[in-house]
Amino acid sequence: MSQTVFAPWEDPDEKPLIRFQNVTKRFGEFTAIYDLTLDIFEKEFFALLGPSGCGKTTMMRMLAGFESVTEGRIELAGADIGPVPPNERAVNMMFQSYALFPHISIWENIAFGLRRDKKSKAEIEARVEEMLKLVRLEKFAHRKPHQISGGQRQRVALARSLAKAPKLLLLDEPLGALDKKLRQETQFELMDIQETTGTTFVIVTHDQEEAMTVASRVAVMDEGRVIQVATPAAIYEYPNSVYVADFIGDVNIIEGLASASGPEEYALNWKEGQAPLTATSQKPFSEGQKAHLAIRPEKIRISTERPDDTVNAMQGKVLDIAYLGNLSTYHVELPDGQVIKAQTANTRRIARRNITWEDPVWISWSATAGVMLDQ
Amino acid sequence: MRRTTLILIPYLWLLVLFFAPFLIVLKISLSDAALSIPPYTPQLKDGISALIRELDFENFVFLTEDDLYWKAYLSSLRIAFFSTVLTLLVGYPIAYGMAKAPDEWRATLMMLVILPFWTSFLIRVYAWMGILSNEGLLNQMLMWLGITSEPLVILNTTTAVYIGIVYTYLPFMILPIYAALDRLDASLDEAAQDLGCTRTQAFWLVTIPLSKNGIVAGSFLVFIPALGEFVIPSLLGGSGTLMIGKVLWEEFFNNRDWPVASAVAVILLLILILPIVLFQRNQQKQQEAEQ
Repeated sequence: MSQTVFAPWEDPDEKPLIRFQNVTKRFGEFTAIYDLTLDIFEKEFFALLGPSGCGKTTMMRMLAGFESVTEGRIELAGADIGPVPPNERAVNMMFQSYALFPHISIWENIAFGLRRDKKSKAEIEARVEEMLKLVRLEKFAHRKPHQISGGQRQRVALARSLAKAPKLLLLDEPLGALDKKLRQETQFELMDIQETTGTTFVIVTHDQEEAMTVASRVAVMDEGRVIQVATPAAIYEYPNSVYVADFIGDVNIIEGLASASGPEEYALNWKEGQAPLTATSQKPFSEGQKAHLAIRPEKIRISTERPDDTVNAMQGKVLDIAYLGNLSTYHVELPDGQVIKAQTANTRRIARRNITWEDPVWISWSATAGVMLDQ
Repeated sequence: MRRTTLILIPYLWLLVLFFAPFLIVLKISLSDAALSIPPYTPQLKDGISALIRELDFENFVFLTEDDLYWKAYLSSLRIAFFSTVLTLLVGYPIAYGMAKAPDEWRATLMMLVILPFWTSFLIRVYAWMGILSNEGLLNQMLMWLGITSEPLVILNTTTAVYIGIVYTYLPFMILPIYAALDRLDASLDEAAQDLGCTRTQAFWLVTIPLSKNGIVAGSFLVFIPALGEFVIPSLLGGSGTLMIGKVLWEEFFNNRDWPVASAVAVILLLILILPIVLFQRNQQKQQEAEQ
């Protein structure tokens, strides 16, 4: 490969742009963030992902300066930003509601932050024009925010928050108000803009697909704690807990007791009287330790006859078929009542498929298809 | 058909409750005072032709000849204007505080603003006489605290009128401003700070312009009734305070000169109609510009 992979988090000499050091945040009795330590690097597109109430918005508001830190410290480029008020931080935020000023034009909205910096008229004009061009809104400069569409408003909000060339841009559910199609287009636009401007982006979202699409790294949060921080691919393929596996995408979880059956290979006794499942794991499991095997539906094959080349195979009955157009998800009920989801791409036309409801089928997967988790 | 009926209702309302009474007052203002019941001629029973023949603008001419009237109008305008400004200065912070208060407090605060309306207006103004008089509560307290040795003369001065008007009309200023501030997205203020404004700058650049409609509405709700105010200047202002409402009352009840009193009322209405129409046209233009 000619291009070097962007991964500053793997370089121990790299200095992080933002460093959360044992940050705790309490609102009265309620603890929103527990002892959080996290590094975010320059030029990263970092996603904070979690269900509502997990503390991701609180983290963002602490970065912007709207909430203070109860314990610990947050550093921006090496300096503690605790005592710096929001208007003096080199951090800008794009609000979920966009928070465009309704009484002034798009042009004035974008110029708003620049005017506060006492820049010259020519400088302000040049910068606003540049921003309008970046988000392709030159034609709408003199309209008021309520005279443009939701998607255009979103771009104005982005342009306004980027106008001051912040070291760090915070995006609070930036695409939440857009419909699905526009959201997908805008995701790529966001990535382009992030790359052209070279700004560090921190995005808060509850949409895992969005986080996976745009981010260089994702932090999955739950109840004020960061559960896992990794690249989207690593989070998807190697989740570190059942929570992460379940939160990101669809997953089948099979519980059982592990026993070593080879180098980095374990037999999972998942049910008495059934053949144990074979799975590889780099994480060691002790003899008889409880383990969860997480397998993604698309890694499970479904067939009418028992495949003879795989290590793990089970027979079941088709309970339900979810037809998604490009994909179909088969819900297969095992004899003990557990339901396993298997997904296949619909490469053939619907009439030519040979599996239907109530059919007895075989599901199978390889030893490396799943991930063994201890919690 | 149904649409016509619907449009007809407000027009009928206006016709019966505004336009008809106004025509009667206008007619009286064009009549002459007389010793009769009611005390003016011509009357409707004299016949239409006599009515039209005998109506004239004599009373309006009289209003321009005696300087009492235009002085009273000017003084009323001045008092109404300054009390509107004072009410705004007192009311805005209260409305702002209410809008920023935690949700569970808002209903209580709103109640506290409206509560005075549950007592008679007249009783509340009399209560102010008890507070502001030379031996009143305020002077007793000031002297007890040693701030003054002599009682301050407040009652029967213009200051007492200002206090009375600000006190009485404060809720009319607070409520529309509160409504405007309450609708304001809190993230607008945060966005302003995020883009480099201090709290004060954010207030002047974002909060004030976005609550402008509330400020204008509140100011009109105070200015318009304050201009014709009669009870407050006559109870708190004494003989030294000249206001058109008081002049009107005296013409009507002391002099029993219904035609001149009506002429005073017609002019007052014309003075009030002007700012209302201007305000309406301004609002309309703004709306058209925004579309």
